[in-house]
Amino acid sequence: MALDKPYKDIPGTTIFDAEQSRLGYHLNQFCMSLMKAQNRARFKADERAYLDQWPMTEEQKQAVLARDLNWCIRLGGNIYFLAKIGATDGKSFQQMAGSMTGMSEEEYRDMMISGGRSIEGNRRIGEGGDAQAHRQPQGRAGRKEGA
Amino acid sequence: MAHVTASVYTSHVPAIGAALDLGKSGEPYWQPVFKGYEFSKQWLRDNQPDVIFLVYNDHATAFSLEMIPTFAIGCAAEFEPADEGWGPRPVPTVKGHPELAAHIAQSVIQDDFDLTIVNRMAVDHGLTVPLSLMCGQPGEWPCPVIPFAVNVVQYPVPSGRRCYQLGRAIRKAVASFDAPLKVQIWGTGGMSHQLQGPRAGLINREWDKRFLDRLIADPAELAQLPHIDYVREAGSEGIELVMWLIARGAMGDESGPGTPRVAHRFYHVPASNTAVGHLILENT
Repeated sequence: MALDKPYKDIPGTTIFDAEQSRLGYHLNQFCMSLMKAQNRARFKADERAYLDQWPMTEEQKQAVLARDLNWCIRLGGNIYFLAKIGATDGKSFQQMAGSMTGMSEEEYRDMMISGGRSIEGNRRIGEGGDAQAHRQPQGRAGRKEGA
Repeated sequence: MAHVTASVYTSHVPAIGAALDLGKSGEPYWQPVFKGYEFSKQWLRDNQPDVIFLVYNDHATAFSLEMIPTFAIGCAAEFEPADEGWGPRPVPTVKGHPELAAHIAQSVIQDDFDLTIVNRMAVDHGLTVPLSLMCGQPGEWPCPVIPFAVNVVQYPVPSGRRCYQLGRAIRKAVASFDAPLKVQIWGTGGMSHQLQGPRAGLINREWDKRFLDRLIADPAELAQLPHIDYVREAGSEGIELVMWLIARGAMGDESGPGTPRVAHRFYHVPASNTAVGHLILENT
């Protein structure tokens, strides 16, 4: 019998459950390795060579090289692990979180200062809120990329 | 006998630690956050505990995917602040209380909660940011701290109900320790926030306020709330709030003699991606 996963209907949200954890095991463990200063230096010196030491899928490696955190999460990455890549790049948690919305840093920061993203329309897939698939990307950064 | 005197609830946003460590706490962005803890710092000096039992979660720091304990109690004499990728925070080493920790572990496991006993562990911002918020920047922390790490990273995390009952078992364990210790229990994490995906930046002020109200007055009912409500309403990382129920469970009941008194309540949006919530409850 299938497990109950009621969290599949939340827009713009991937729950890191046992299934995602299994998919992302090597990706996340690669991220953990970046907690050591000498590994951060080795990664920065030659990212591809460093990634090739891990039994990750080619797609996972591409997602890391692209610094596309949404892509990494789809492939089993977890934000607390992926944050080690951001730390290696000198990025704050706010910059990392914002990068997943398609907003520029300023747009995301302004949204937070004015009270954060509203829950209205963002509880369930199919509502009209700004986290819904049909409203992506949400800001200047995403549009630039897509242009 | 030892007893639980009070509980403290607070968010543990890493950027708060960075703001303190980099001397930015006076900046307009951060001022309102730290102002909310001015009362609390004085309160802690006036109500100095002998031990703090600090419930927090590890953020892929001490525990990678190699091991994921649901509840882990730190029984060591010392815990070093971790390097989370930005270098370790410049804060004091955390001194433990091995005797009380071992006593609580034994009592709580005999009460059917399967704790993982940890004798070596680095502690991350989940533990050190609450200490910084409540103590400022001292040369050493004011008392021993027992770290109690809860898995809220890989789903499913423990239910609110389980956390509340665990708090009850911790209260009983403390009360059977044969030394006159004043113990505070702190529950940390939350409030509403989401750090991932197109829904990143979610804040739900109304839900958070209701959570604070119910934590004070109606915790047994609040503990029945299913995971999906936290995730849907308070964001994927808002699930951290189940840890507040451990601290609340260790306090006096919500009615009758010993009803906790609200000493302080504070709420502010934002600190980085997160709604900051803070509460101090005293046993009467």
